[in-house]
Formats: sequence, structure tokens, C-alpha cells
Amino acid sequence: MSSTQRSSTTSQPSIAGTSRTASTRDVSLDVDYDVQRNQRVETWRRFTRYKPAILGLGFVSMLVMLAVFSPLIAPYNPDAVDTTLRGAAPSREHWLGNDDIGRDILSRIVYGTRIALLVGIGATSIAVTIGVLIGATAGYFGGKIDFALSRLIDTLMAFPLLALLLTLSTVFGPSLRNVVIVIGCTVWASYARVVRAEVLSLRERDFILAARAVGTTDRAIITRHLIPNALGPVIILASLAVGGIIILESALSFLGLGVQRPTASWGTMLSDGRDYLRNYPHIAIAPGIAIALTVLAFNVMGDGLRDALDPRQKS
Amino acid sequence: MSSYIANRLLQGVLVLFLVSLLTFFVMYFMPGDPARNMVGQTRVSEVQLEAIREKWSLNDPWYLRYWEWISNVVTGDLGTSMSRPGMAISEMIGEAATMTLRLNALSFVISLSIALPVGILAAVKRYSIFDYFSMFGSTLGVAIPNYWIGLMGIVIFSVHLGWLPPYGSDTWKGYILPVLVLSIEEMAALARLTRGATIEVLSQDYVTTARAKGLSQRLVVVRHVVRNALLPVITLLGYRMAFILSGTIVIESVFAWPGLGRLFYQSITSQDLQVVQAIVLLLTALVVVMNILTDLTYAFIDPRVRVG
Repeated sequence: MSSTQRSSTTSQPSIAGTSRTASTRDVSLDVDYDVQRNQRVETWRRFTRYKPAILGLGFVSMLVMLAVFSPLIAPYNPDAVDTTLRGAAPSREHWLGNDDIGRDILSRIVYGTRIALLVGIGATSIAVTIGVLIGATAGYFGGKIDFALSRLIDTLMAFPLLALLLTLSTVFGPSLRNVVIVIGCTVWASYARVVRAEVLSLRERDFILAARAVGTTDRAIITRHLIPNALGPVIILASLAVGGIIILESALSFLGLGVQRPTASWGTMLSDGRDYLRNYPHIAIAPGIAIALTVLAFNVMGDGLRDALDPRQKS
Repeated sequence: MSSYIANRLLQGVLVLFLVSLLTFFVMYFMPGDPARNMVGQTRVSEVQLEAIREKWSLNDPWYLRYWEWISNVVTGDLGTSMSRPGMAISEMIGEAATMTLRLNALSFVISLSIALPVGILAAVKRYSIFDYFSMFGSTLGVAIPNYWIGLMGIVIFSVHLGWLPPYGSDTWKGYILPVLVLSIEEMAALARLTRGATIEVLSQDYVTTARAKGLSQRLVVVRHVVRNALLPVITLLGYRMAFILSGTIVIESVFAWPGLGRLFYQSITSQDLQVVQAIVLLLTALVVVMNILTDLTYAFIDPRVRVG
């Protein structure tokens, strides 16, 4: 990219050659820009240094493609029943075989990526949003508000997660939408804790005092200054949590209180396969491998992200 | 220190109160008519249903019902089951908890005795083939859903080889699969944790000092590293232990294990609200107590905690 292009898109002087003649203010902008870019390059370099993270990123990108283009990629309709192929073993036409009522397993696995990603990323987004807002509020205001919110966090963290999810799912009725909401609304406590601690230490810094001194509202201080600065550990935590949530969803669906039949989700597929372990064990094999690979990919990606964003925590 | 203890206990009581309130309300809003659920398929008149509602005080306002429940719980009376008439809930939970405890105690011992040495060794021989191999294993162990390992275990050892029963707890053979499956995930998480803690300790000055004064690698590790590395691991174990009991819901369902997890699952699907309430309250109480104990232990060991 040429320098003229870059300065026209960012409206900032960007290379040393142009800024040498500019005013001092421009020079400082120039330095900021370079530092930012260098940081991004450095972060990417650290991320890619951990080779499994690249594999994880590649696999997750592939999953996204599978989810978006499921109808184009899946060889068959995932809900089409062929009674002549009940429990058929893997063949050239049906690479992973057919399930107990004769549906193509590979096609159902492909469509299952939609559910896994939707729940994993959807529930994590809900949890991060709630957790960040509550954690920042508790940390910034302190006092009674902090006490009340902290006890709320404690209460939520004391519940056995799967038991709580099963109960809530029964109350609200099991469905894909409710699974996303219920998981999202129960796992935010850890984010709130992290953000609260982060905000507590940021609160007394000079730049917050300065913001307060010029009359910035509490709301603006929290959303513009505190949250962006507390986001690093949240991103790490979230990227490492997606895998766990995908396992949770599969367990809920496996127990019949998550995504409902006939929707193709890996958890319900496992639950189908469970009844035919004796005669058609292949039904239960593929969904389990799909879950494991997906969770593995998200986890190693999270590890890489942690190394890149927070070198202190390197494992 | 005593004010810290009092403070921590008070917080615990408050959290328990909130937990009981939340549990009660979730049950309160459970869809369906508990009275009708109770009679199941039997044909009953509206008058009879009304009598059942009256007997279980289902018509009372929520605060009366909450008060009745919680005041009984405090005195140790968990009530009787709605779907299994005459069964005392405390008895049902007692029997189930014993089975769950056996399962978890065994897998706990197994995972500890493998994960600790592996974690320490991986840290000491960092970047070695052993390190890579064991950490790859632990990454895998965390990623694979444990109930799927259970299903595959049934396919291999019960269906194909016929060595182990696919479910049940009648013989010692029935323990093998569920215990091993439960151990795998725990082991994976624990090994990683131990390795991290050990690496942290290895970089401390006192380890360098120990080496400088000429101690052998073996003595350095045994005398200085292991003890200090176990500290954070043990505190975290405390937090985890309370959750282990609840982590067995799926595994007990896979192996038809007559434990707390299965009792919970059956109660929730048959809408036996009293039992669900009791189990949730008991498990959360356990978590709260364990957390307090862990915090206090930590405060006792590390004086800095008390101030913060």
C-alpha cells in the first residue's frame, strides 16, 4: 500500500517522510499510529508462534464455512429419511453411514456446525455483555452497589452449572433459542469477576482521574475508558470458554433438554446413537469426534490468543 | 483474622439465602400443574386435585410456601417426595449421594495420583518430548466430551469385548468404566494446573539459591519445588471438589448409576419439585461451605489475603 493511499484513508500522516515537515502535533499522531500498528503486528507474530493456534484458527474458519454454506456442502438433505438405509454402515454414497431412521450422518454433522457455532458464540456473546457491564459497574461504583453485585456473582457461581441449566431449560421450555439465552445468562459471572478486578485497579489511574476532572459522566468513563482497557483478559477468557459451552450444549441436548429433534445437533445425534450402541455403534462415533475437534480447535486458538495478548500468563 | 472469618461466614449465609430464594422461584415458575403431575395417568376429579393442592399447600402465596420450606430445611427436614409418595427426600438423597461419592472418591484418587506426578515431571522436563506428549494428552482430555468417552467405552468393552457391564453398580466391574471416564477429564485439567504451578515455582529465587548451593536436581524438586507448587493446586482442588458432585449428571445418566446426578435428572423430568429444590440447595450449600473453607485456609497460609 502506498503512503498516499494510506493517508487518504486514515487522514493521518503515516510515514516518517511526510511527517518530518509537519507540526509537532502531527508527529505525535504519527508515533501513535506506528506504535499501534507495531503492536498489532507483534500480537499476530506471538499468536502465530504457537503453531497449534494456527491449526485451530484454520479449523474454526473451516467450521464457519461449513455452517454458512451447509446446503451447498452437505451431500444430502439432513432430514431426508430413507427407511431402506436404517443404520446402514459407511459406504461410498454415505461416507459416515446412516442413522437409526436412515438419515445421512455426514449431512447432519455438517448442519450441526450451525448449532454448535450459534450456541458457542451466541451464548458467549451474551455472557460477555452481561458480565462486562455488571463487573464494570461493581468495580467503578464500589460500596453498596459493589457489595450487592458481588453477592449476586457469588450466588450464581455457587450453582452447579449443569443442574441449573437443566432446571431453567425445563422452566422455559427446551429450544435452540432458549439454550443460547439460558447458557448466556448463567455463565457471565466469571467475566464480571475479572472485569471488576481489572476496573478496581484502573479506577485510580491518572487518565480516569483526568477524565473525571474534565467532567466526563460516569457512564462515559465506564463505556469509553474503563471497559476498553479491561477487555484483554475478557477476550482471553471468552475464547477459552467457547469450547466448554459447546460441550455444555451437547450435554443438554444429549439429555433431551437442549436443542430438540429433529434439528440436527451433535448432542441430539449422540443421544440417538446411544440407543443403538449394540447394533449401530457408528451413529454415535462421528458426532463425538466432531465435538472433540471443534472444542480442541477453539481451545488451542484461545491458548494462542492468551500467549499473544498476555505474555505474562504464558503456560 | 477473626473479623475476616466472621465477615466471610456472613457473606456465605447471605449467598445461601439468595440461592434458596432463587431456587424456590425457579421451581415456583415451573410450567404445569404439580398436583396433576403427581397423579400422573390416574383419572381424578377436580375436587380430588384441589384436595392434593390443599395438602401440599400449593394454593398458599409464595412467601408462605417459601417460609414453610426453608424453616423445615433449616431444622433438617427436607420433606417428602411428591412423585414417590411417603419417601423422605433426605433418605433418597442420602442413598444417592453415597453412590455418587463412591464414584467420585475413586476417580479423585486415580486422577490425583496420575496428574500430580505427570504435571510436575512435565514442568521439570519442560519442552521435552514427555512434556509435549502429556500436554497434548491433557488438551485432548479436556476437549473430548466425557460422556462420549463413556459411550465409546461401552461399545468397546461391553459390546465388543464383553468384559464389563454397560451399566449398573451391582458388581465391582460396573465401577470401572464410570470411574475411569470421570477421571480422564479431571486428570487432564489437574495435570495442566500442576504443570503451570510448578513452572511458576521453578522460576523463583529460592530455587536458584537451592541450585546454587549445590543441591541435586532431584533434591531441589522434592524438597523445594513440589511442596510450594502443591499449594495453589490444593486450594484450587477445594473449589473444584464441590463441583465434582454435580459434574456427574451426564455420566450417571449414561451408565444408569443410581447416584445424585441421576436422581436429579429423574426428578426434573418427572417434575418432582421438592426433590429438585432439595438437591440444588444441598449442592450449592456444599459449594459455599467449601469456598469459605478454602478462603480461610488460604488466608491462614497467606496473611496478605485478609487485608484485601
